[in-house]
Amino acid sequence: MTPQDEITLDRREAVARILEDRGDALLITGLGSTTWDAAAVGDYPRNFYLWGAMGGAALLGLGVALAQPHRRVLVITGDGEMLMGLGGLATIAVQRPGNLSVVVIDNESYGETGMQKTHTHHGVDLAGLAAAAGFPTSRTIYSRGELEETVSLLYEACGPVFAVVKVEATVAPTVLPPRDGPYLRDRFRGAVLGDGASE
Amino acid sequence: MPSLMNKESGWSDEVFSVLQNMGIRQVAYVPDAGHARIIELCQSDSHMRAVSLTTEEEGVALLAGAWLGGERGVLLMQSSGVGNCINMLAMIQECRIPFLTLIAMRGEWGEFNPWQVPMGQATGGLLRDMGVIVYRPDTTEQLMGAVNAAAQLAFAANRAVAVLISQQIIGFKNWQK
Ligand SMILES: Cc1ncc(C[n+]2csc(CCOP(=O)(O)OP(=O)(O)O)c2C)c(N)n1
Ligand SMILES: [Mg+2]
Repeated sequence: MTPQDEITLDRREAVARILEDRGDALLITGLGSTTWDAAAVGDYPRNFYLWGAMGGAALLGLGVALAQPHRRVLVITGDGEMLMGLGGLATIAVQRPGNLSVVVIDNESYGETGMQKTHTHHGVDLAGLAAAAGFPTSRTIYSRGELEETVSLLYEACGPVFAVVKVEATVAPTVLPPRDGPYLRDRFRGAVLGDGASE
Repeated sequence: MPSLMNKESGWSDEVFSVLQNMGIRQVAYVPDAGHARIIELCQSDSHMRAVSLTTEEEGVALLAGAWLGGERGVLLMQSSGVGNCINMLAMIQECRIPFLTLIAMRGEWGEFNPWQVPMGQATGGLLRDMGVIVYRPDTTEQLMGAVNAAAQLAFAANRAVAVLISQQIIGFKNWQK
């Protein structure tokens, strides 16, 4: 169990810091809070938000990363969402996409549904699982300093990169980005593929 | 190694050539014995990336990402795997993402293992409930046309399409071996 008093990072600040350096990276967010976190930073065509598909964020990121090997693909998702797709860590590690980074915003709870504790609260080490699966870079971040050291890895290290950011279990205001599937889909494809998007 | 009785898998080579012609790049799978030959062919094609999954729903998410990134894919799975995909298929339906899956059927024609029957019998209905169009060729001759038409419907008309490959085509699993 992580002592809560070790955790000082605010989720909104952490996500904002990570996205500050994104450049033209493509962003996939998991359902719920991480989508609101990304929307609070800004809504862009290169963002694809999952409003469902719980457990699928990292694998969706893998599909994009394999299709777009010359672009950086960043997945930001919650601990509950990642726990639902744990097998995907093995699948991603075996594929070894050099351009994929997965960030888990870990509040040790299912924030969106009322802050019920997740397995990470009881000691399950997501970064350890990713490392054991074969992610060449995998770490857990507790402080602003560690976050600073890690941000460049997310965009530059040969992936797949995995980072768990331990954040306070606070509820931030909900910021709603667009949610219509076809709109998000066309907008993202347009940003990635340009004229080829209507193929 | 499990083997299949009664049937040749020559149809696999033909199905594979349809996948090649349709420009399939990502081939996601949890293996079924009936797909063994197609998986091998895909693995040895330099234009295709074979992605072994731990559970079939990963394949649904993967292929959604593939298409968002500009590549076409196919999910190869056994009928039992359809049960693992249901909630993920909601994303395919909501976003109307092209989706092609070739499903090796179990639990119907001449099944030996009773545990395969419930999911095998429910496969077509569950897929339809999730907005997936289902083709169900009964013969090897019909299979080729079905895969071709399914790929066309998926990628030209942006639809989710499943081809159920019957045990009449695949053959029975040989429990004697
Ligand atoms: C398959 C499925 N099961 C349950 C839910 C309900 N649900 C929505 S958000 C959520 C919690 C997500 O927790 P986490 O990923 O940790 O995000 P947080 O809000 O804590 O950042 C759950 C359980 C769902 N949407 N889909
Ligand atoms: Mg959480």
